[in-house]
Amino acid sequence: MSARLAVTVLAAMCLVALGGCGERPQAETAYKQGKYQGKPDTLPWDDAPPAYGSAKWTQGDKRSWEDQIKTRNLSQNEYVRIGH
Amino acid sequence: MARMKFLCDAERCIECNGCVTACKQENDVPWGVNRRRVVTVNDGVVGAEKSISVACMHCSDAPCMAVCPVDCFYRTEDGVVLHDKDLCIGCGYCFYACPFGAPQFPQAGAFGLRGKMDKCTFCSGGPEPDGSEAEFKKYGRNRLAEGKLPVCAEMCSTKALLGGDGDVIADIYRQRVTVRGKGSEVWGWATAYGPPPAKPAAGSKS
Repeated sequence: MSARLAVTVLAAMCLVALGGCGERPQAETAYKQGKYQGKPDTLPWDDAPPAYGSAKWTQGDKRSWEDQIKTRNLSQNEYVRIGH
Repeated sequence: MARMKFLCDAERCIECNGCVTACKQENDVPWGVNRRRVVTVNDGVVGAEKSISVACMHCSDAPCMAVCPVDCFYRTEDGVVLHDKDLCIGCGYCFYACPFGAPQFPQAGAFGLRGKMDKCTFCSGGPEPDGSEAEFKKYGRNRLAEGKLPVCAEMCSTKALLGGDGDVIADIYRQRVTVRGKGSEVWGWATAYGPPPAKPAAGSKS
């Protein structure tokens, strides 16, 4: 019985110790009522893509804007872009 | 999306200062201010010279944000650290706090008066409406709102400077290191770009 209790206490202590490994957000990045931490700004995906150039995303759709950025991002990898 | 980050590959940077020039041109950066600089160590020492392009690193726990007495900084959902020039008082605390010397102060008057802080915006403007003239005048071009990445990274001729989603540029850099097969202790063309292409067989036309 005492062994069982010891195991339970040990497991609980491990859980408490493990809780210290969690990561908390270091700064507030929530976008509320058109503001970041009280400062006004616009979300880039809320803009329409420019009429010129090859950038394409659906206005207001964060996911499609991220896809556009990722495409642009991957073009910096010349192993993919021009081969090696 | 992960946080927007810069990564400079010291094996590839050739100190051309193209990133510095492109940044100044794209954002119409004020006279006397460099949002980006190329730092070279062991200049002229064969085999030991390394260059790295430095600007605001858009820190996850930015000291400039912590020390600003008027709380003019903010962080976007993409992890870009921006500031509101309408709130900035040009005190210079952020300059002392920043380990990279990113905050810069233009001369605002005839007697060397310190102007409002200016720094790299990851080409994402500021609080004014995206793409507006007011935004451009204060912060420069908003390329993120155009579906583009910072001009310094996108125009880097050797692709030493990478900019964008931290996960993606980390993968690009990891692939490079894998191709090189070694760490940062070695240097040279073959290290940075891989072995030269095989020479054509004798007798064949080039």
